[in-house]
Amino acid sequence: MVAKRIIPCLDVKEGRTVKGVNFVGLRDVGDAVELGREYARQGADELVYLDISATVEGRNTFTALVERIAQNINIPFTVGGGISTLDDAARLLDAGADKISINSAAVRNPALIDKIASKYGSQFVVLAIDTKNVDGRMLITTHGGRQITQRELFAWAREGEERGAGEILLTSMDHDGTRAGYPCELFAALSKHLSIPIIASGGAGSVNDIAEVLSTGKADAALAASIFHFGDTTVGKLKNELYKKGIEVRM
Amino acid sequence: MTAIVDYDTGNLRSVCNALGRIGAEYIITSDPKVIRSARRVLLPGVGEASSAMEKLRVRGLCEVLTTLTQPVLGICIGMQLMCRGSEEGDARCLGIFDTDVRRLMPCKEEGIKVPHMGWNRVEEISSPLFKGVDNGAFVYFVHSFAPDLCNETIASSQHGRKFSSALQKRNFYGTQFHPEKSGIVGDIILHNFMEL
Repeated sequence: MVAKRIIPCLDVKEGRTVKGVNFVGLRDVGDAVELGREYARQGADELVYLDISATVEGRNTFTALVERIAQNINIPFTVGGGISTLDDAARLLDAGADKISINSAAVRNPALIDKIASKYGSQFVVLAIDTKNVDGRMLITTHGGRQITQRELFAWAREGEERGAGEILLTSMDHDGTRAGYPCELFAALSKHLSIPIIASGGAGSVNDIAEVLSTGKADAALAASIFHFGDTTVGKLKNELYKKGIEVRM
Repeated sequence: MTAIVDYDTGNLRSVCNALGRIGAEYIITSDPKVIRSARRVLLPGVGEASSAMEKLRVRGLCEVLTTLTQPVLGICIGMQLMCRGSEEGDARCLGIFDTDVRRLMPCKEEGIKVPHMGWNRVEEISSPLFKGVDNGAFVYFVHSFAPDLCNETIASSQHGRKFSSALQKRNFYGTQFHPEKSGIVGDIILHNFMEL
């Protein structure tokens, strides 16, 4: 049985991690490689590095950083943020990324999913979807939730799968940042609707929330940032708790 | 020196990085003479079996690979190419391992998704390749096809059906999973290969 995955997410700006927690023994919490290695040591199953740089220099720094991550980290990692062309994906693959995640660019240009997946395989493409409840309809949003499109979640996720995405990373913008738990019914319904793995993101405030989305929510993985960054728990402690609750995790 | 066989199946970087991390020296090559004389040989690979097989043929590497006497490790597609044949593209392969590679079947009711992607257990392990690894340890998989169980199976895993997650015949070894992405367990396995 494939283990449920726990995936810490690290935001990177101009080559440095932001919002990092100061683990004991970590010399430089802003160093994305050191922080990633610490998460891997604690038992993280994968890592996601999200580039939130707004400048060209920031982007270039990120590529160099991805090379260093690939050299130093012995678990798979995904990179995202600002990927809008096949060339962007190729550059990050060459730097050593195992997967890329695309979001707004795929909504703008859905054929981008086909292009990257047919060239590098579905396992390389994570389709990140930000959704929001608008008058009872689950709609797709872009640009960090600021722009609401008329695309419906279930149709878009299915289209993404058919175009070759290997995984869906779903964030409910109504729950993101609230630390009040995930919308588990929504995740379970989407899981039933698709054949590819779903990574739940946004809303975890406790171990119970994560346990809930991996069991009743039928998510294959949980991505979390603040729960680790603020030092509420460590990956190791979280996985221990999940294990005690009968959830198959890699120990 | 370990020869990493380059037959243009894409990214060799993660294998190189992993060998770098454990301090092993390597050379990336498609030269049969270099491969023949290397202390060890590593056959990585991503992509589709029949076209990967064709790339080995075009480079004239089939004969040298099947007659090597030093330790050889095939990873993922690299191992599949060392089997008799694969359902993927109906490929006839190198025939080192006495087994066939067949498609994994998805099953929604049981939550079996294909590709088999993520961390799963290796069981029934038996080989110097797994020295220091616990039976039932987790390793990282990304694949849609897998070799059947056979006499050369040195580890099995379950995803829908049970399959060979590692094989060994004399000096030839293969893993369906990616040791280069399998955390500490993967590092141990690669280290063991370097000690063979």
